[in-house]
Amino acid sequence: MNFSDLLNIGLMQGFAGLSLFAVLLLMGLGLAIIFGQMGVINMAHGEFMAIGAYTIYLGSQLTEQYAPSLMPVYFPLAVILAFCFAFAGGWLIEWSLIRHLYKRPLDTLLATWGISLAMQQCFRTFIGPKEVSPTLPDWLLGSWAPVSGLDIPRNGMFVLALTAVVTCGVLLALSKSRWGLRVRATVSNRVMANATGIDTRKTDRLTFAIGCGIAGVAGAAFTTIGSTGPTSGQLYIVDSFLVVTFGGAASLLGTVVSAFGIAQTQSLAEFFMPGSMAKMLTLTLIVVILMMRPQGLFASKVRR
Amino acid sequence: MTALRDLIKRYQLASVLVLTLLLAVVLPLTLDIFRLNLVGKYLTYAFVAVGLVMVWGYGGVLSLGQGVFFGLGGYAMAMFLKLEASDPITTKIQSTPGIPDFMDWNQLTALPLFWEPFKSLPFTLIAVIAVPTLLAWIISYAMFKRRVGGVYFAIITQAVALILTVLIIGQQGYTGGVNGMTDLKTMLGWDTRTNGAKYILYYVCVALLIGSILLCRWIQTGKAGTLLLAMRDKEDRVRFSGYDVANFRVFTFCLTAALSGIGGALFSLQVGFMSPSFVGIVPSIEMVIFAAVGGRMSLVGAVYGTLLVNAGKTFFSESFPDLWLFLMAALFIGVTMAFPMGLAGLWQDHVVPWWAKRRSEMRKDKAAAARRAAEDDASGAAPEAAAKAPRAAGTPERLGDVAGQRA
Amino acid sequence: MSQPENPHDRLKGVSDSADAPSPFRRRILQGLSAMPILAVPGISLAQKFPTAKVNTTKLAMTETEVTVGQLHSSTGTMAISETGSIQAEQLAIDQINAMGGILGRKIKVIKEDGASDWPTFAEKSKKLLINDRCATVFGCWTSASRKAVLPVFEKENGLLYYPTFYEGLEQSKNVFYTGQEATQQILYGLDWAKNEKKAKSFFLIGSDYIWPRTSMKIARKHIENFQKGKVVGEEYYPLGSTNFGSLMNKIKLQKPDCIFAAVVGGSNVAFYKALKAAGITGNKQLLLTLSVTEDEMTGVGGENFAGFYSSMKYFQSLDNDNNKKFVAAFKAKYGPKSVIGDVTQAAYLGPWLWKAAVERAGSFDVDKVVAASPGIELKQAPEGYVKLDANHHLWSKSRIAMGQPDATFKVVAESPQLIKPDPFPKGYQ
Repeated sequence: MNFSDLLNIGLMQGFAGLSLFAVLLLMGLGLAIIFGQMGVINMAHGEFMAIGAYTIYLGSQLTEQYAPSLMPVYFPLAVILAFCFAFAGGWLIEWSLIRHLYKRPLDTLLATWGISLAMQQCFRTFIGPKEVSPTLPDWLLGSWAPVSGLDIPRNGMFVLALTAVVTCGVLLALSKSRWGLRVRATVSNRVMANATGIDTRKTDRLTFAIGCGIAGVAGAAFTTIGSTGPTSGQLYIVDSFLVVTFGGAASLLGTVVSAFGIAQTQSLAEFFMPGSMAKMLTLTLIVVILMMRPQGLFASKVRR
Repeated sequence: MTALRDLIKRYQLASVLVLTLLLAVVLPLTLDIFRLNLVGKYLTYAFVAVGLVMVWGYGGVLSLGQGVFFGLGGYAMAMFLKLEASDPITTKIQSTPGIPDFMDWNQLTALPLFWEPFKSLPFTLIAVIAVPTLLAWIISYAMFKRRVGGVYFAIITQAVALILTVLIIGQQGYTGGVNGMTDLKTMLGWDTRTNGAKYILYYVCVALLIGSILLCRWIQTGKAGTLLLAMRDKEDRVRFSGYDVANFRVFTFCLTAALSGIGGALFSLQVGFMSPSFVGIVPSIEMVIFAAVGGRMSLVGAVYGTLLVNAGKTFFSESFPDLWLFLMAALFIGVTMAFPMGLAGLWQDHVVPWWAKRRSEMRKDKAAAARRAAEDDASGAAPEAAAKAPRAAGTPERLGDVAGQRA
Repeated sequence: MSQPENPHDRLKGVSDSADAPSPFRRRILQGLSAMPILAVPGISLAQKFPTAKVNTTKLAMTETEVTVGQLHSSTGTMAISETGSIQAEQLAIDQINAMGGILGRKIKVIKEDGASDWPTFAEKSKKLLINDRCATVFGCWTSASRKAVLPVFEKENGLLYYPTFYEGLEQSKNVFYTGQEATQQILYGLDWAKNEKKAKSFFLIGSDYIWPRTSMKIARKHIENFQKGKVVGEEYYPLGSTNFGSLMNKIKLQKPDCIFAAVVGGSNVAFYKALKAAGITGNKQLLLTLSVTEDEMTGVGGENFAGFYSSMKYFQSLDNDNNKKFVAAFKAKYGPKSVIGDVTQAAYLGPWLWKAAVERAGSFDVDKVVAASPGIELKQAPEGYVKLDANHHLWSKSRIAMGQPDATFKVVAESPQLIKPDPFPKGYQ
């Protein structure tokens, strides 16, 4: 064990923290957008992630069967498809349920929980109770080793890049696009926004669908790390919630910072102590900070 | 006589009486001991549901972490029972006899210090109520003082539920981990697994539940109840009137935590074990649906809701396991979309007006015979019907107002 | 066809001559055509064993039928693992029924869903024992579900056949354990790693609950006290954890000769994907696991597990006649894509062990079945010959197999003798 070995391990450890950060951020982003804009907590968030993950799985199965030559390129296409499916699902659910409940935000929580149960059973009935994981293209497998002893996981790099693209995309869209303008107008004053001719209902629907779509992308990215089963959504949502709660649910920046903080704490703690202890330490820290700042790290200035 | 009638009306004693009759007489006579024990288990969840009516229906604050308090109460009781079940003779096969089996499996060689007091029953009984209440106080004081409420409160309580689950599962040497605490047999030498004991525990459970409902009803009809409703609907106005909003909320939240703790303790006693699967997010949300199905404004309704959903769960998972989740999903969506006031709302909106109408019609018939008396009666009945029969599916505000007026 | 007067004599004859619990009708028709049990129509056999005589404890049965329970999770997180056990038990019961049942009675199954929730398991086990009066129950998978139902079975004096390899430290009168207990599964594997692969330093990794913790405790004692090797790391991760990045770096820091893993459920997939992504592969690193069967392999993916080793008592690719027939029958019933893991095979043994014990006892009464059970042998078990010990566990062989890229296993080593089950191992506590 010499100095360069230690340096390599240090580098890899830094990257482990970064890729965990990317995963957490991607998971929490969709939830944060929907909550920040609409005050709605989407309990079916995890299931939308599962939709994305299943899309990748089905994509890999179909490609393997009908067009094996396309294996190297199916993955990015399937990610886009995952966004579209989850987007469509979100649109449908906003239209059929959520829009009737804007006056009762607590009830959206229950209704979306109901949806998540129904979706879980759908996965189980139509896809099967077993956990599945897609066949990944070769460029996503294994590690990139620039020098011997330094292995940077390729799936980690992919997730990191995807997260960067999605996050920048969302931030840009919010600050530059017409949709972003409407969203910001609606958030700061719904009645006034309505009066100036913004269709706030349409804005809401689009926002909800985009949030769900991002969840789909997150689920798609997650297939490179873990497996997908009918109840995976429940596992995902736990982390998503922690990130969003800790960050201060109304702020995107808060989500980014909290994902970074949680990821680095956990990843470092895991390196220096057993995994279970590390998880506990991270959670305890979150609780203590939440007790002191119950509104999260970055609370919106607007008093509700 | 009128005083008694007023009292009954004020505390809705008639419905409580019907519930008592059903639980204490009808069910024990019609069900065998196995099914009755199941009902007893469901009733322990009803403590949580009743608490949710107070904190959610009346307080307007949804907690998705009630399982935490249920679990803490249950664990406190389970610790006492487990210690009693782990006497040195029955555990002589262990490397350290006399400590609970899961500690031995996790290489603990002595009883941890915080377990020691749970050798005493009085301490345990106090802990069943005090521990959940204390945690509830810490959480709610931090939140409500900073005016955190609504959806945000819901997700923070959820985070607490999650964290506690991880703690319990992670510290398996002290808590039994995923397995929970199993094989609880006796309480002070009294075998809780016999049929006779099950009957007694069932009646204890019913008595405590009815007592809790009456206590909550008493709070609702008092000044605190009125203030809670007012806070739910116009928090700022109450604050401007000089009331400390946070303190009332903290009080209600702690009360529900204590009730949930009692429910948990009764669960450990009746079922004979406790596991972390009651602490997490999923059970906590399921308990909310019990209250929602029964009617979030009705204490008695919450009990019916709990019984119905659980009976449905048992029945459907026995007969059509695949359909169960769909049905549960439909329940969640249906109750929030179409019947926000649950069963109690249906009763209030459809059965009561219909009955009032029938009565006033009957009185009108009599009025034909004696005109003067009829006019008095009709004028007496009409406003009541008008107050109870309004609108399609009662929005929380509307029904709350009615309840407020009544109080 | 004359029947011996005393049912015990007759049954002893059966189990001596040809080991009654054969799953394979063809074999039975060929070799055992002399067996009285087949030649006599079920109803007359049942007359030989009137219900009043074989059932003195009010179990649910008629002259033609006996009711048993099946208690697994068909919903929830554990459905993934338990589906195989449900299928295998059903297959065994169907085969037994096709042979005429047990003491002339067809087996009727009441299926209950534990929904991956331990309290539900306890509730359903009460229903099966108290309400349905099941003669026996096949079920449970996780240790937690077994611990939840155990008091119920002991209180109501029920009978449970439990299929999973597990941590040991338990021996109940009312439970038969058809999977391996910890020492059976672990010690042979560790010795193989030491002798064949010259492994001296070990890194122990498990999910954080009782089974991995107990298994690792035994492994550590064996490595340190008996092999004089070194444990360079011992790590537990919460159930369902998918974040193994830091662990990979710890492994690289320690450079163990052998990674010894017992990670379960969804974490399993993430763990092997993380190994692959960190460049720790089968051709560079020895890894021996206690928790990857063919069932898990479909989720983990052959490309992620290729070259790693698994220690089990059964693999689908075992090369013997019993197993070939079992695999064929299983695939015929559940489709060619279905896979059979260690636990699935152990679950398949349950109904056969019960049948043998009932026939030896000449009664369905739980106490008599339990008394007749020790020493029962199954020569037709897919894993090969097994024997039931007086401590309610099975004598079985241990095997090591290497994962292949196509998600199958190739057996590379097998213990020469049956290993005695030892749920309370001395020197490992």
